[in-house]
Amino acid sequence: MKTKTEQRRSFFQNNAQLLVPLIALGLLIIFNLIRDPGFFSVELATNNDGNPVLQGNLISILNGASELVILAMGMTLVTAAAGGQDISVGCLAAVAGSAFVKVLKSGAAITPWLVLAGFLVCCVTAMIFGAFNGTLVSVFRIQPMIATLILFTCGRSIAYWINGGATPIVESPIIKAIGGFIPGVPIPTPILIVCVMGIFFALVFRFTTMGLFMQTVGINQNAARLNGISAVGMKLLAFVLLGLCCAVSGVIGVGRLQLINHETLLLNVEMDAILAVAIGGNSLGGGKFKMIGSVLGAYTIQALTITLYAMKVSSTDVKAYKAVVIILLVVLGSPVVKAWFGSVKNKLTARGVSAAAGKEAA
Amino acid sequence: MKKFAALFLSLVLILCSAAVVAEGPIKVGIVNNPPSESGYREANVKDFETVFSAENGYEAKTFYSIKNDEQLSAARQFITDGVDYLLISAAETTGWDSVLADAKEQGVTVFLFDRMIDCDPDLFEAAVVSNMADEGATAVNWLLSLNLPEYKVIHIQGAMGSDAQLGRTGALDAQFEAGAMTKVVQQTATWDEAEAKKIVETVINSGEDFNVIYAENDGMAKGAVAALDEAGITHGVNGKVVVMGFDCNKWALRELLAGNWNYDGQCSPFQAKVIDSMIKTLEAGGAIEGLNEKKQIISVEKGFDARELTEEDIATYGLGE
Repeated sequence: MKTKTEQRRSFFQNNAQLLVPLIALGLLIIFNLIRDPGFFSVELATNNDGNPVLQGNLISILNGASELVILAMGMTLVTAAAGGQDISVGCLAAVAGSAFVKVLKSGAAITPWLVLAGFLVCCVTAMIFGAFNGTLVSVFRIQPMIATLILFTCGRSIAYWINGGATPIVESPIIKAIGGFIPGVPIPTPILIVCVMGIFFALVFRFTTMGLFMQTVGINQNAARLNGISAVGMKLLAFVLLGLCCAVSGVIGVGRLQLINHETLLLNVEMDAILAVAIGGNSLGGGKFKMIGSVLGAYTIQALTITLYAMKVSSTDVKAYKAVVIILLVVLGSPVVKAWFGSVKNKLTARGVSAAAGKEAA
Repeated sequence: MKKFAALFLSLVLILCSAAVVAEGPIKVGIVNNPPSESGYREANVKDFETVFSAENGYEAKTFYSIKNDEQLSAARQFITDGVDYLLISAAETTGWDSVLADAKEQGVTVFLFDRMIDCDPDLFEAAVVSNMADEGATAVNWLLSLNLPEYKVIHIQGAMGSDAQLGRTGALDAQFEAGAMTKVVQQTATWDEAEAKKIVETVINSGEDFNVIYAENDGMAKGAVAALDEAGITHGVNGKVVVMGFDCNKWALRELLAGNWNYDGQCSPFQAKVIDSMIKTLEAGGAIEGLNEKKQIISVEKGFDARELTEEDIATYGLGE
């Protein structure tokens, strides 16, 4: 039996990787509170459709990060199982969004059934592309970054082709509700969708061995195979699930403005998604992972962006400031710095122990 | 006598053939970017196809590519085919000198439209282009004509350094410097609708007051309006915030007609008629007038006020579907 302190210690050790994103988020919150005490105030307003809506920077951060959070969830799985990253998520989301819009445009009017059909088509499309990436990685053993480079290069061209080169507009209360607010619900729908995705993954991890198997494949493929775990299957599954995440983000992206601009939809989001996984303390080389870390990482990135916007930093400069903060975070979470912190801690505790021992001897 | 008869006959022959040439269609070769590029290009290509049609006395050959080298070889082919006029909207501004020199040698008259080429002005007859700075000035003058008690502007810029951004920013920047308008925020959203929404959302969250949104294209104006709608801020003809966009997409003009937006600036894709009239002048032996020092004719561009816009304007000037 473990004692209570041992349990507490193992809890901290298990979750040590969350320290960096939590500290980063904490510092951002403190910084903003000093800068502007009302920064995180949330108020209930009425939008132009007459619905009650929550408003404020906190809501903007949670709402704006939605696509990134969902993509980071999928990216975590791919990172864990394949030991590499998918750099085509933004492009795939654009393809998926275009497929969604194509179905919506096919009907005379946008009915709930058509939206559902569109969503299913969109999911299937994205999962097929995900499976394509996954096959290249698992069966042909191509490095994930190289394999997904293909879709990264041609994804937006495919989306362009689906859209016929235009930026189609789909005006409908249903689509507006997906990217904005459901009438009567003051919480932005994207936040609710993130919760649904979170619960979905939590249930999968709770009731299946998928998480453990992916981790095993990521740590040692051969050992996993000898234990009867299909490495090919697990990697493929990770990419297909990431495809699903891309589809959901694409639909949210379309819903936000009720149009699809395949050139700009979730542009460069792949880098942020990978970064979220890294800030979350997950090893980019695969193996053990914590999805909650990536989620916190994603919110940290969005909080940073909104903070910089609120400080009126020009959006061309935002990337440079972001880079500085990210260098700090990544260095803070690097093995070398961690080892250094560990040795400092050991020295301190050792000194404490010897001091105590000295006292006893006296 | 025989000699005279021969001379007479040959003269008649020459005259006849000259008459045949004059009566035949005018051959033009059109090198443009593909219509799928944008709503602007779609309208541009359509405009040229309607104007340079068989009914108007033209025999037009067209070539569309986004690649400069493909455009260059197409232009060469048109010269070899013996077109009378070559109309070019180049994918890139450089690399055209030798082709244009060829054209001049072969007696092919060159007109540029929409985009300028970096070359000796002697190599082309005239260029019909837009002046983005004029577009900005027209929009800002319209804004000033509203006589608002104060101007607190959210300025959402396009991709930094692009022609459209520089032109549309210039006029507004001058007002900020002169102190006639207050800059609440000036950010680039690089033509991204979602980014524009985020920028406006942040200003709303900060609690700062504003009454004008100047977005450098329609998409970004739409993003900005989405943020206003979510925050319950009124906009448009009878609203608190004046909304301005550019490009005159049909869907954007419909927003104007519905009173949701106030102004949309045109970037005219309709250059065909101007070139058509210049060609007709040259055919009639006249000289082209009204060129500026760069041999350009600047397209006349409108700005549409939501209070005066009609359905007819949308059909005539709107781009896309």
